[in-house]
Amino acid sequence: MKESFDILIVGVGGQGNILFSKILGEAFLNEGYDVKVSEVHGMAQRGGSVVTFVRAGEKVYSPLVDKAQADYIIAFEKLEALRWLEYLKKDGIVIYSDYEIPPMSVISGKSRYPDVDSILKDIGVRHYKIEISSLLMELKNPRVQNTIMLGFFSKLTGIEKQVWERAIENNIRAKLLDINLRAFEMGRDIELKEEELKV
Amino acid sequence: MKRLMLGNHAIARGCFDAGVRVATAYPGTPSTEITEYISQYDEIYSEWAPNEKVALEVALGAAIFGKRALCSMKHVGLNVASDPLFTASYTGINAGLVVAVADDPGMHSSQNEQDTRNIAKAAKIPVLEPSDSQECLDFARRGFEISEMFDTPVVLRSTTRVSHSQSIVEIDERKEVDFEYKKDVEKYVMMPAMARKRHEIVEEREKRLREFAETVELNRIEEGTSNMAFITSGISYQYVKEAYPDACILKLGMVYPLPEKLVRGFCGRFEKVYVVEELDPFLEENIKVMGVNNIIGKEIFKRTGEYSPSFIKTSIENCKLEIPYRIDEELPARPPVLCPGCPHRGVFYSLRRIKNAVITGDIGCYTLGALPPFNAMDTCICMGASIGMAHGISKVSDPEMRTIAVIGDSTFIHSGITGLIDAVYNKSNILILILDNITTGMTGHQDHPATGYNIKGEETRQLDIAKLCRSIGCDVVEEIDPYRINENIKRINDLLEIPGVKVVIAKAPCKLHRRYNTTLPGRYVDPDRCKNCKVCLTLGCPAMSYREIPDIDPNLCASCGMCESLCKFGAISMIKE
Repeated sequence: MKESFDILIVGVGGQGNILFSKILGEAFLNEGYDVKVSEVHGMAQRGGSVVTFVRAGEKVYSPLVDKAQADYIIAFEKLEALRWLEYLKKDGIVIYSDYEIPPMSVISGKSRYPDVDSILKDIGVRHYKIEISSLLMELKNPRVQNTIMLGFFSKLTGIEKQVWERAIENNIRAKLLDINLRAFEMGRDIELKEEELKV
Repeated sequence: MKRLMLGNHAIARGCFDAGVRVATAYPGTPSTEITEYISQYDEIYSEWAPNEKVALEVALGAAIFGKRALCSMKHVGLNVASDPLFTASYTGINAGLVVAVADDPGMHSSQNEQDTRNIAKAAKIPVLEPSDSQECLDFARRGFEISEMFDTPVVLRSTTRVSHSQSIVEIDERKEVDFEYKKDVEKYVMMPAMARKRHEIVEEREKRLREFAETVELNRIEEGTSNMAFITSGISYQYVKEAYPDACILKLGMVYPLPEKLVRGFCGRFEKVYVVEELDPFLEENIKVMGVNNIIGKEIFKRTGEYSPSFIKTSIENCKLEIPYRIDEELPARPPVLCPGCPHRGVFYSLRRIKNAVITGDIGCYTLGALPPFNAMDTCICMGASIGMAHGISKVSDPEMRTIAVIGDSTFIHSGITGLIDAVYNKSNILILILDNITTGMTGHQDHPATGYNIKGEETRQLDIAKLCRSIGCDVVEEIDPYRINENIKRINDLLEIPGVKVVIAKAPCKLHRRYNTTLPGRYVDPDRCKNCKVCLTLGCPAMSYREIPDIDPNLCASCGMCESLCKFGAISMIKE
């Protein structure tokens, strides 16, 4: 069992950071960790860049993950994986969806959507990319990307699968449970192949 | 049972355990969830009030009548509720009254960064400050006891990172508490003769509270093994523990009034003591007044924004944090935007095309109309200010300058109505656009008097905003459909030619609201018809992007149809299922 986890969950307001962090927090709690989760509500949720912090350890004080402290950055949107990179600690890991939501300045042509893959490679960050579109197509539901990514991430934690499934069951409405459990399974089936680092 | 709980949920649970009977609020980030969670308890009467002043008066009434009561609000809400608060301090309560106020350092969702502790001190009311969810629960419960012990309202002050963080709590059982109401004119009727006597009692109460603070378990010293010493409270305590786990800490749970002997004794043991608190130097100044001078505070710690463990460490050690991974190129910013299908988008698209106009704005999702691509707002100050300010501008501006106020439905009810009465009474010449999305949007869909539902989701009398405006005496009151962009530009221009106070209600439900939500298939762009004129992109809709031609993300599109109505080439239509 790992000693501690400092995790950033990043994305665009409305992508479901909060639910994801609830499930994560509950799984850590049931595994015996002290846990703190810090969420963002209100104005920032309206399509802006959002971050949720999840920390687990023997004793957790600050609910925030500090800069240069995160073991993992989990990004539900590709560009957001870059925005919070200063929070990653040395040898920390970025797990990101290849889903793109262009910010307003990109839509209006004032700025360019960056080439996330090559930037991460150039800086030499350890990263896994989840090619999400085809998976979502297979499930015919665009709202379960988080659960797919949870499935993938869960394998890195050393926590039993049943603990995760129970946390999902406790936090997701009955109507949507089945599809989410399938999405979770699909995430776990993604091969844990770290992108080749070209430093 | 141990469970993870949001700070605000824990406050709600603490109030439940404390036998609270009445809970009132006006929604405001980061305080909203306190009352949302409380509304799930059948044992507690809860309500959304039209504003914080009314909310506090309702709670005060219940407390004086012998039932424990809670009133919750965000920091700026306390400004609105200050009037009853300052005099409730004089009357005292009967059953406990706790005012839960959530500050927002860093302004995640607020228009200023004011520090509630100053207001509570000015009102001579004790302040408790929890630092995690367990303390939220415990301090809420304790707040009622202290309130009754000293016959005073108690402020329970949290901040965003306490209110919106989950940490582990153990919950207790509810205990009912009842007090008898006895008519007491000397105590509850604050005419000058009575108030003079009550003020004496308030001052005497403060002395007793100071004594109480010396020994209350909410304040404690945590011995350490290093020679570093801190005085801190709230979330800053957690940051200090994280940064300096071995330090010696005077942890204050009751931050007003301060325990002078305890503070003096603590500071006397060390060469220097760091005082760590976000926002104003409240503890610091109150400690300095005691004549204690070996403390270090705002000369190294900032007065603005949020702290973090690394901020505290780098400020004390005067060093920089090593950042392992940085990006050279500047990333496109992603400020908050109006959601796909948001009815406000239509209104601001129209407003952008109104010439020679000053537009005063207000507090809500629609404040985003101030940002590109709309840039259709000149001011945003506080709840309801748009109407009064528009009126003020119209009295001094050139005749060819037109004045428009933009205000949401919930904000209008909160504090816009009195502004409208003033404008009509004083013969103003303004146009008021009430953006009625039939909910309180920004804070997450709370009902209000004009939705026709109460906090429990039960049907109730529905305030008719149009009728209200007519009864006030507005010259024109009419409803428009915010999605009909071109029609609305013309109509607004026509109305601006008419003198007097004109109210236009742009009514369409929030696209995210479950009650009104109908899922339609999204729109798509037909590449054969698209002439690449990019007019659709000027809507600033986050469901749209541009590759070779405009593109619509079917997962994000809410199918409001505004892009279709703008397209002159018929290139946009609904996906056929």
